[in-house]
Amino acid sequence: MQVTMTVNGNEVSADVEPRLLLVHFVRDHLGLTGTHWGCDTSQCGTCVLWLDGRPVKSCTVLAVMADGHEVRTVEGLEVDGRLDPVQQGFMEEHGLQCGFCTPGMMMTARWLLDHQPDPDEATIREAISGQLCRCTGYENIVRAVRWAARHPAEPTTAQDTSQEVQA
Amino acid sequence: MTSTQHTAPSTTSPAGNPIGFGRMLRKEDARFLRGQGHYLDDLVVPGMLHAAILRSPVAHARIVSIDTSQAEAHPKVRAVITGATLESLNLAWMPTLSADVQAVLATDKVRFQGQEVAMVVAEDKYSARDALELIDVEYDDLPPVVDARKALDPDAPVIRDDVEGRTDNHIFDWEAGDKARADEVFAAADVVVTQEMLYPRVHPAPMETCGTIASMDRVTGRLTVWSTNQAPHAHRTIYALVAGIPEHNIQIISPDIGGGFGNKVGIYPGYVLAVVGSILTGKPVKWVEDRGENLMSTSFARDYHMKGEIAATRDGRILGVRVDVLADHGAFNGTAQPTKFPAGFFHIFTGSYDLEAAYCKVTGVYTNKAPGGVAYACSFRITEAVYLVERMVDLLADELGVDPAELRLKNLLRPEQFPYVSKTGWEYDSGDYPRALKKAMEIAGYDELRREQREKRERGELMGIGISFFTEGVGAGPRKHMDILGLGMADGCELRLHPTGKAQLRLSVQTQGQGHETTFAQIVSHELGIPPEDIDVIHGDTSNTPFGLGTYGSRSTPVSGAAAAVAAQLVRDKARVITAAALECSPDDLEWEQGRWYVKGDPSQGKTIAEVSMLAHGTLELPEGVEGHLDASVVYDPPNLTYPFGAYICVVDVDPGTGQVTVRRFIAVDDCGPRVNPMIVEGQVHGGLADGVGMALMQVIAFDEDGNCVGGSFMDYLLPTSMECPSWETGETVTPSPHHPLGLKGIGESATVGSPPAVVNAVIDALEPYGVRHADMPLTPANVWMAMQGRPMRTDLAVQ
Repeated sequence: MQVTMTVNGNEVSADVEPRLLLVHFVRDHLGLTGTHWGCDTSQCGTCVLWLDGRPVKSCTVLAVMADGHEVRTVEGLEVDGRLDPVQQGFMEEHGLQCGFCTPGMMMTARWLLDHQPDPDEATIREAISGQLCRCTGYENIVRAVRWAARHPAEPTTAQDTSQEVQA
Repeated sequence: MTSTQHTAPSTTSPAGNPIGFGRMLRKEDARFLRGQGHYLDDLVVPGMLHAAILRSPVAHARIVSIDTSQAEAHPKVRAVITGATLESLNLAWMPTLSADVQAVLATDKVRFQGQEVAMVVAEDKYSARDALELIDVEYDDLPPVVDARKALDPDAPVIRDDVEGRTDNHIFDWEAGDKARADEVFAAADVVVTQEMLYPRVHPAPMETCGTIASMDRVTGRLTVWSTNQAPHAHRTIYALVAGIPEHNIQIISPDIGGGFGNKVGIYPGYVLAVVGSILTGKPVKWVEDRGENLMSTSFARDYHMKGEIAATRDGRILGVRVDVLADHGAFNGTAQPTKFPAGFFHIFTGSYDLEAAYCKVTGVYTNKAPGGVAYACSFRITEAVYLVERMVDLLADELGVDPAELRLKNLLRPEQFPYVSKTGWEYDSGDYPRALKKAMEIAGYDELRREQREKRERGELMGIGISFFTEGVGAGPRKHMDILGLGMADGCELRLHPTGKAQLRLSVQTQGQGHETTFAQIVSHELGIPPEDIDVIHGDTSNTPFGLGTYGSRSTPVSGAAAAVAAQLVRDKARVITAAALECSPDDLEWEQGRWYVKGDPSQGKTIAEVSMLAHGTLELPEGVEGHLDASVVYDPPNLTYPFGAYICVVDVDPGTGQVTVRRFIAVDDCGPRVNPMIVEGQVHGGLADGVGMALMQVIAFDEDGNCVGGSFMDYLLPTSMECPSWETGETVTPSPHHPLGLKGIGESATVGSPPAVVNAVIDALEPYGVRHADMPLTPANVWMAMQGRPMRTDLAVQ
């Protein structure tokens, strides 16, 4: 089937099998491998991306269901070489270790902050409760989102931020 | 001594990073934050085919026939591999890490549900899965051995009849300590407490499952393997031994790893099959397991059925501990641990206490379950040991009617007893245990918590406070004692300074999220004064790094970190000689300050390490016997393990109506010596604490009476989310290791090892009004509720 959708602001078209999962379309057809796959049962949330402005688990969406819709992935968080505050917050607060759950976590965090700019800890924990992280014990993810809430307009430039940003 | 004194950088780099130790944001984050990590499944090798594995639906059955004709006729299928294919290549069986063999594909019979039966190689991954449906396998069911406690019954079905002459399911007996002395101590003791307990089978379940891409070049005979693995060099040697491919023609690349926790130490049948697939098709073959395959077939952890006994005087002096263990190793003995230690380091079960005697006996058995045994951040089974002793100490406190904190403080090893040789032969390098426990109690407000608990009990509310104190031995290990498949557990390290003073560090260990690219740069920076951002850390590629055994068992910092420090020290020593040559003075006239050699008494006369590097690569006439360039190569053979320790306190509330446990607070005081990067160390602790809560309350791989795995998905195998985890409260003490060049100890697994008994002790403490003495993990609402009714559950069996 022919599908056309907007992904991170760019229109893409492809001929796909009806059964193709959106996560596989994004990864294998578009090469946007920042969105990950981690379970068979829609539990882990490493595949979270935005469909029409809402976080969804893209392992539970068919690519054809996204036909005519708008997709945003982790690769779309950085705009014009400027990191999203959520990305910066994850770095500042050590909100990632292996980095595998991180894109999905950040997409949910961005959505949360867009709708609730100053969430408390309980709200953040609930927002990410459908996504699993095995490294951080969630503590620093919560702190990262809080950091981003405190720095809504302070995205930094790209390049190697490890050399630019210090605690 | 505080950590601040140890870790505070004396200067800051041009990029604002600490020179040496201190909080530094991670170098690796830049790619991960942008979705630019390169995990295994992100890699595309030109011409690559995709593989999928057909697995056994039953736990124990004879294979009558396999018909692959329809699958082979699928237009997108390139190859179908069965046990018969492998037999023709003499690859049907592979050696395990424990001197057993494991079927790569089943030939005679299947021995656990999820065992590999056939592999399809196809043009795309959906087609490979489709073709699995076209393979017809006829099974002749056999009775399975599900309950480990019945594995040695005379009428138990023999699982490993592939081994000639085998008539039972017994794998090994192993003992440690002094049985006769322990028996004497127990016979004379005022008080002896006994408890049976299970450390259930769990799975590390990293978010990224296991996978590989194998590419055999038919022209050169060169095999390139990209795989999710924690030990690329060990894998290379094993591939050479298994497949007979000359080792110089094998390159193993371990890309970014989405969490390991022990799951990615071993070589799985899927890896070998991808190599075979590539040999047969002449194309690169990718295989990535799905979550069910991950949970059902790759390394499980724990599964120790333990009977513990603790002996003490009436006034609360602990005299001895005895343990009898039945170890369920699954269908193949595939545990990954040093060869001489079939029960890993379980015999550190004397814990953090000064005992008169100790003895343990471990019996390993086969069952119709997935192989494995040592995985999941256990420091080679120290998890089981710490759980056993810390539960026993709580049971003793209950028996004596004393506070568990008081009992521990009375019996903990004292600082002046170090180095301490335990009754099972471990030499604990350093420690100040009472200080750590007192600090944890202070952070927790322990007395106030006990007051609150008394008040709540009067109101019928169930609140529990649990303590655990752990000691680990990590950083395996001294070559003369420790090897895996004959490979000594030393690690190589190469440090090269470029002419401009920037550096490249090549490691044999492999990060899975621990932040090696940052931490190891900081170690070199600490020794040479080079800004950490100017040090490139290279790992995960056997063709570009020195040999070493990889990252697991919290061994990177104790072993490879020591190698990096020694390499940097060698470079510093050489820089001194070159500086002396340049300044026409004696090396003895020079003093070092961070990053620079200078003439004693005349600090203006000196050379920075960058200046020395340019001289070393330049035309300066060097003293006789001194080579040009500024490099060092080290193989570090640790003289001993390092012994991190910690004191944990958990506070829980239990709903008396439902048995639901809520972890309200968790206080963790860890001592891993000086902290290279305190931010990263704390992150390691946080993750381990979540693991501990998960194991104590949620996670179990159980089996039904037919041997069906009932933990084969995240719907059944429950991992802690942000909702089950409290906001962790951490603290530290700093007791350097006397034998590590920088005093460092491992930290990666401390919290996973130390936290489960704290949670369980807290829950049992909460249930005190119900007279509950013990219940096995996981303490699910159902299990807690049953314990409150006086009937705690058998958590390893899905059918009671």
